Amino acid sequence: MASALINVPERAKRGEVVEIKTLVSHVMETGYRRTQLGAPIPRDIVRRFVCTYNGTEVFRAELHPAIAANPFIAFSTVAVESGTLTFQWTGDNGFSVTESARITVE
Amino acid sequence: MNRREFLRATGGFAAGIGALIAVEPASATPAAMQDAIRQVVGSARVSAGRVKLDLPPLSENGNAVPLTVSVESAMTQADHVKAIHVFNEKNPQPDVVSFHLGPRAGRATVSTRIRLADTQTVVAIAELSDGSFWSARAAVVVTLAACLEDA
Repeated sequence: MASALINVPERAKRGEVVEIKTLVSHVMETGYRRTQLGAPIPRDIVRRFVCTYNGTEVFRAELHPAIAANPFIAFSTVAVESGTLTFQWTGDNGFSVTESARITVE
Repeated sequence: MNRREFLRATGGFAAGIGALIAVEPASATPAAMQDAIRQVVGSARVSAGRVKLDLPPLSENGNAVPLTVSVESAMTQADHVKAIHVFNEKNPQPDVVSFHLGPRAGRATVSTRIRLADTQTVVAIAELSDGSFWSARAAVVVTLAACLEDA
């Protein structure tokens, strides 16, 4: 069910800085909330986000409960060569989503 | 026991209770944030400047507050931003997020959306490749608090 949205330009000039926007569908339950009966709701968050460019890690983030639901992360990278950008989100309760995008560098 | 000794003894007791309470705060405090920052920067000095922290000064909904951090840096192999850490004062936990980047980022700008449980100050700290730390802070007024409401 979990799904991710990524926005990477399809084409870029060599050496250009491209902006990458990512969004993954996740509740990001903080672990600090309680049900109306007072039972604590266990934490369930995305802990880690990694972006690799043709196998090399270019960006990584460690998330905490203070990140809003459906974590949105925007960052940038230098378009060095054509290839694949892979995005991976991992979190509590075995959460893991992987997405990838092609980029053509001219 | 005279009055002075009595006051000294009970005063010490009250201070002890205060210390016990301080160990487990209901929410992160400015002191808890300082501790969290110390854990990341160690004994290094954190200077103000070079970092720009963009947050709306007034946020109606603390469940998703847009945040952008940019750092003045050439982002070359010799001089780049290694990491950007964000902290808050009054959420249940002082850490918000840590971004790790390098020369291949090209530009030291990152955005995300965060939760804020109260009107408070948010701090961003950038760790540069030369080992220096730079910071910026921003105050946000939050009308609807995040994190603590019932499900």
